Amino acid sequence: MPFIPHTEADVAEMLAAIGASSIDALFDEIPAALRIQSLAGIPDALTEMQVGRLMQSRAQRDGRPLNFIGAGAYEHHIPAAVWAIVSRGEFYSAYTPYQAEASQGTLQLLYEYQTMMASLTGMQVSNASLYDGASALAEACLMAVRAHRKSKSARILVPAAVNPIYLEVARAIAEGQNLKFDIVPFAMGEGEPGKGTTQPSSLEQYRGQDITAVVVQQPNFFGLLEDVDAITDWAHANNALAIAVVNPLSLAILKPPGEWGAKGVDIAVGDGQPLGVPMSSGGPYFGFMTTRMEHVRQMPGRIIGRTLDLDGKPGFTLTLQAREQHIRRSKATSNICTNQGLLVTAATIHMSLLGSTGLENVAAASQQQTRKLVEALTRIKGVKLAFSGPRFHEAVLQLDRNVAGVIEALAKRNVIGGFDLTPRYPELGNALLVCATEMRTDEDIATYAAALTQVMAEAMS
Amino acid sequence: MSAIPSNLKFLDSHEWARLESDGTVTIGISDHAQNALGDLVFVEVPEVGKALAKGGAAAVVESVKAASDVYSPVSGEVIAANDALGSAPELVNTDPYGQGWLYKIKPSNQGELEQLLTPGAYEKVLADEAH
Repeated sequence: MPFIPHTEADVAEMLAAIGASSIDALFDEIPAALRIQSLAGIPDALTEMQVGRLMQSRAQRDGRPLNFIGAGAYEHHIPAAVWAIVSRGEFYSAYTPYQAEASQGTLQLLYEYQTMMASLTGMQVSNASLYDGASALAEACLMAVRAHRKSKSARILVPAAVNPIYLEVARAIAEGQNLKFDIVPFAMGEGEPGKGTTQPSSLEQYRGQDITAVVVQQPNFFGLLEDVDAITDWAHANNALAIAVVNPLSLAILKPPGEWGAKGVDIAVGDGQPLGVPMSSGGPYFGFMTTRMEHVRQMPGRIIGRTLDLDGKPGFTLTLQAREQHIRRSKATSNICTNQGLLVTAATIHMSLLGSTGLENVAAASQQQTRKLVEALTRIKGVKLAFSGPRFHEAVLQLDRNVAGVIEALAKRNVIGGFDLTPRYPELGNALLVCATEMRTDEDIATYAAALTQVMAEAMS
Repeated sequence: MSAIPSNLKFLDSHEWARLESDGTVTIGISDHAQNALGDLVFVEVPEVGKALAKGGAAAVVESVKAASDVYSPVSGEVIAANDALGSAPELVNTDPYGQGWLYKIKPSNQGELEQLLTPGAYEKVLADEAH
């Protein structure tokens, strides 16, 4: 059978069989006034050669600036072998294949991925990935409502120091399903311990209320380490589930969410991008989710299991499929849980090439380079560190002038200076979130410091 | 197929209900239903104290190939759930009218039991389905 879905002859035959004159005639029930004849702003089709040329010229316009933005996506070194292996025909698909069990290699890889993620997060079971970190948080909140049957409120406490973009996505997905998000502020007082982090005392106003789950992000959006043990324990003491949002790379050196507090969290999610996925204008990335066995039937997405075949030989199979939308339809655990098979393949190969020591080295080097960056930048007049607590590889700086203007001036000097926090956190003043991974050398940091010194020396606009 | 005990009443969606001497009602799924589902791997029973309406989704039975809702044959409050099914869901397969019961309810409207199918009427439903 040729790989051409239908030829003109096929189409004519099918139309004749149902008595329609043309494909357009199939849409007759939609009034002409509601149909769009042309799409404004969409140019004419280009040939492959023309598209290649256009994209090349646009990429050139971007140049190769030094990047100091993190804010949820991190530039790490990816060994060349990772994408060379991923690009092999046997792996090169975004999805678990139909008749999945015929593709034992793909299933074994996903099984290995699940094992690695469960181990990294200290949890009992992992799914085969979700769409991205933000939608994974939304899925975790929806899952918590299903799993926590005694709680009727569908209320989720979310610290303001959780990635605000994740919160926007979680709201867009989950508020329509009657979840309510209560935002918990972070400590802001001068000299207050834990400034920039979520204080367990700020949860106290919710004591005695029906709360379904408490979210905590480690490190938080400002790069600071939260008191995750106390927050997890607070959640459990107040009959709420605990949901962790984590940077998977940080778990190479930080305590895994499965060990937070006395019992560990109930659900851990995050974005897998730091594990071998290049930054490419915001995606595609992949989300991960791990949980305890007691909640596994409420977990969205695919799960690959290891089993024995009829002859007693080990093999891999999709398991717990009855929760999924192709069987359970509208009552599935999720109807939005697209996985990211290709990126998971990359992450699995990346993790197996680096090993736990390699991941630890990357995490430690990133933390060290950020410390150097903060030291260099806070020496500049008009720049100070907003929060002094322990952090991973990001920091908030406060400037004596408008952040957007500084970022623009830095960009002219080929430096992408950071993430402007001003629109989302006006209470922080002129706040800039900066990040250095192991990719930023001492020389890069010196280049940034020199550029910022020049910019800050200019008269305030 | 095992004979249907004469003291049971049925919904045409294959749930059975049995009025006990203390006025409570025990609920499960029929032998036909367990046979159609195949080996059960998980049963989600309702929480004790939950108020159920006749015809409302009360439990979920999951086999390797499907997960199906179980509807409540009568309205009332759940007073017991078969926790043994948590570790042994196969009881529903091996003994659907006995140890494989799902939950017990304190009915709020005894009249609803009268509206259910007799074993004979339920067998007729099965015979019609087979055609």
